[in-house]
Amino acid sequence: MSDDWPLFEVFIRARSGLEHKHVGSLHAADERMAIEHARDVYTRRQEGVSIWAVRSSQIVASDPEEAEALFEPARDKVYRHPTFYAIPEEVKNL
Amino acid sequence: MTTPGTSTSASSKSPAAEAGSPSTEARFHYLLRLADTSLVLGQRLGEWVGHAPALEEDLALANIALDLIGQARLLLTYASELEGKGRDEDALAFLRDAPEFCNVSLVEQPNGDFGQTLVRQFLIDAWQLQLYEALSGSSDARLAEIAAKAVKETRYHLRFSSGWLVRLGDGTAESHARAQQAVDALWRFTEELLTPDALDEEMAAAGIGPSLAAIRPRWEERVAAVLQEATLKRPAAARHPWHGKRGVHTEHLGHMLAEMQHLPRTFPGVTW
Repeated sequence: MSDDWPLFEVFIRARSGLEHKHVGSLHAADERMAIEHARDVYTRRQEGVSIWAVRSSQIVASDPEEAEALFEPARDKVYRHPTFYAIPEEVKNL
Repeated sequence: MTTPGTSTSASSKSPAAEAGSPSTEARFHYLLRLADTSLVLGQRLGEWVGHAPALEEDLALANIALDLIGQARLLLTYASELEGKGRDEDALAFLRDAPEFCNVSLVEQPNGDFGQTLVRQFLIDAWQLQLYEALSGSSDARLAEIAAKAVKETRYHLRFSSGWLVRLGDGTAESHARAQQAVDALWRFTEELLTPDALDEEMAAAGIGPSLAAIRPRWEERVAAVLQEATLKRPAAARHPWHGKRGVHTEHLGHMLAEMQHLPRTFPGVTW
C-alpha cells in the first residue's frame, strides 16, 4: 500500500523561535495524512511544536556532479569569514 | 460477585441516591464504564501492531491505543481508590471477567478490515469527544481533570479517524463499499452510546456525568457531516439490544479478554 503513496520530507520545529529542521521522510496518500503521519512518527517523544511536510518530488536539489563547480570556488576565499578585523581593546565580549 | 447490572440497579434505589448524592458504588461503576470503554478499545487497536497496512499507520494506531490505555489507567486507579477494596488498576483490568466489564458494546467488536476498524474508531471518537468535553466540567474534580487531558487526545483521534473515513468512503469503489458495509454493520451499536440508563441519569442529575440526551444531537450532527463528506449513507435508526455498559456483552469480549488477561492470570504478580 505505502508503495503507492508519495514520499514526503518532514521538517520539525523543536521549540518556538527555532527553525524547522529536516528530520526524515515518510509515505502518505495526501497532505493531511502527511501531517498526521509526521506527528505520529516524528513527534511522539515531544520532539516538536510545529511540522512542515513537503512532497519530496517538489524539492529542487543540487546535482552532486556539479559539486565542484558549485562549492569549490568558495574554498580559497577565507576573507569572507569575518576574522580580519582588529578588535578594539574596549570591546570585551566578542 | 455482583454484576455491574445488578449493583447499578441496587445503588439507584439506595438511600444515598434518593438524597441526590450517588453512592460510592454507583460512582465506581460509572468510572468503570468510562475506563473499560477506553481499555477495550485500546486493546483492540493494539491488535493492529505489526499488521497495519503501512508502518506509519501501525504507529498511528498504536499511539491512539496508548492514549486510550493511559485514560483507562487514570480512571481505573481512581475507581480503585473509590472502591477501597485493594483492587488496583491491574487487578481491575486483568482479574475481572467479561460480565464485570462495563464498556459500551461497540468497542469490543472485532477489528475486521482496516476500514471497519476506522469506522468503529470514528463512531466512538465522535462520542468520546462530546463525552469528555462535558466531563471536563464534572462536579467531580478528579474526573474533570482526567477528562480535560483526554479531550486533547480525543480531538486528535477524531481528526485522524474522520480523515480516514472520508478517504475510504470517497475513495475507490472497493474502499467505499467496504466502508459502507462497516458503517451498516456497526450502526446498531451506536444507540447504546446515546441512550441513558438509570446510572447515566443518576450521574447527570448529580452533575458528575453529562446528559446523554444533550450529547445525542451533537454526535449526530458531527457524524452526519463526516458521513456526507465521505459519500456514505447513514443507516436507518436501529433498536439497540446491546447493553455492554451494564455488563451484558457480545460474544467477542470474552475472547479478547482471554488474550489480554492470559499472562497476568497465568503468572499472578508477574512483572516484566
